[in-house]
Amino acid sequence: MILRRPLFWMILLLAALFAWLPLRANNVALREDLILVAVAIILTSNLNLMIGYTGYVNFGHIVFYGLGGYVGLYLMTVRSWHLIPAALTAGIAVSLLALLFGLGILRLRGAYFALATIGVLVAVQAFVSNFESWGRSTGMYVSFESYAPLGGPKHALWTTYFLVIGIMALSLLLSLGIKLSKFGLGLFAIREDEDAAIVLGVNATVYKAIIYSVSAFLPAVAGSLMFFKNGMIDPSIAFEYMLSLEGIVMLMLGGQGTVAGSVLGGGLYERLRSYLLTSPKLSQFHLVIAGALLLLVVRFAPGGVIGWLYRLVPRSREVIE
Amino acid sequence: MTALLEVRGVNKHFGGLLAVSDVSFTLNEGEILGLIGPNGAGKTTLFNVVNGVYKADIGTITFSGKDITGCSPDQVVHLGLARTHQIVRPLGAMSVLANVTVGACFGREYQSMRAARVTALEVLERVGLASRANALASSLTLAGKKRLEIARALAARPKLLLLDEVLAGLNPTEIALMIELIRKIRDSGVSVFMIEHVMQAIMNLSDRIVVLNLGRKIAEASPAEVVKNSDVVEAYLGFPDIVDKLRGAES
Repeated sequence: MILRRPLFWMILLLAALFAWLPLRANNVALREDLILVAVAIILTSNLNLMIGYTGYVNFGHIVFYGLGGYVGLYLMTVRSWHLIPAALTAGIAVSLLALLFGLGILRLRGAYFALATIGVLVAVQAFVSNFESWGRSTGMYVSFESYAPLGGPKHALWTTYFLVIGIMALSLLLSLGIKLSKFGLGLFAIREDEDAAIVLGVNATVYKAIIYSVSAFLPAVAGSLMFFKNGMIDPSIAFEYMLSLEGIVMLMLGGQGTVAGSVLGGGLYERLRSYLLTSPKLSQFHLVIAGALLLLVVRFAPGGVIGWLYRLVPRSREVIE
Repeated sequence: MTALLEVRGVNKHFGGLLAVSDVSFTLNEGEILGLIGPNGAGKTTLFNVVNGVYKADIGTITFSGKDITGCSPDQVVHLGLARTHQIVRPLGAMSVLANVTVGACFGREYQSMRAARVTALEVLERVGLASRANALASSLTLAGKKRLEIARALAARPKLLLLDEVLAGLNPTEIALMIELIRKIRDSGVSVFMIEHVMQAIMNLSDRIVVLNLGRKIAEASPAEVVKNSDVVEAYLGFPDIVDKLRGAES
């Protein structure tokens, strides 16, 4: 039972802390820092469903986030939808699209699948850059009236923040739920040896397509919320290749295959990145450091922070999943 | 006797190589059917065609009254046909228990996680791996991994178990234990279809034996008859009085 898992309660506590800390001090700067951490955790946690659980490296995971942003903003600005139904619809639409993509490219394995995910990212970006209704390469802007249903811009930003924290908690609970389920067991079997899993009765084709689609849903919702908060979207910021790669760095750093790893990896890396980006001397170096970090983790601690913790305190396996 | 598995006129080729050529045979319920033949005779290919890893070019496969020609391996498992691999394929980073739980979860009965755990523990007990339940599958010895292969397949609660050289690479003590295990499996009501090169084992275990050579079936008979068949002797066994020698070695 998921309710008996310590991690379940830790996730809720984490979300409550995230919500309460900036609100208590009415600290907008802290809120802006934490929302970036939350997004990093959302992306990492859902990427983990593919890489950590199923063993399929997705280099184009950011495509879900960007497409979610586009669909959401389109519904809000052009169709004048409310934020919440727009974000949910974006999530569903992107999931369905992922299901279609998945049924196609998931026939590929290993490096070929990874290459195909890069193809998806490039193709979607090229499509959106030329799509008239979405403003081609100039993108879309959130009009001021869009904030009105949420009680004006100031209020809208806090609402968005709480929603993003909610999506973060849902992402982590989803990861935990899948990990404890029969569905998750099937995914782990695919990760370990796909052909053996099929011979044991796992319908790998369907399982892979479902998890690819599921891993698209919450990032797409988060994309809707974040680009609404930022007030604009264009193809270069929506489908930022680097963010896709940094997602992999965060996942490896925290510990792939674990729920808590996405929190640690996402949190640590996002804080480091913010520090480097705002530091006058190092602002150009954050990708150098990301690359070095990935090399070091893969070489010396392939299990990431969580893997290292497991080795140090074997009993921690039972608590930190 | 009722037929559990019926293979009719199966052909399978890879490019210009005819790996299995017009093979037909029947496996009866409750039987241990052996499959022997020289290396490259098409034994494992035939297994792969039967459980759906490969699709037969021509021919039909009927299992338990259902036509399973063209079914995928995961569909075949749900109908009650499980197999092991010649080269063991443990889910290495998972525990032994989790490996077997996968078998129970996605097997014939599609058990829930809770029920699958119970089944897995019971099967581990049966194959003698209970004490290693929480070890990582990759940490088992070869004999252990072979047992794990069998345990995973048994956890699916199959009607028919395909065993692909489960004795290969084991020492004499391990072979004796494995033979005992296979007998117990059959006595529990599971039919067995097994590929084996360890002749004394297959001669003692099998009710009947199918012999393949160069993709063709050259004999299908009881062990005693098979070893007297001149085609089989020429293709595979080498000398005619082998059956006495092998029986002698066993006793």
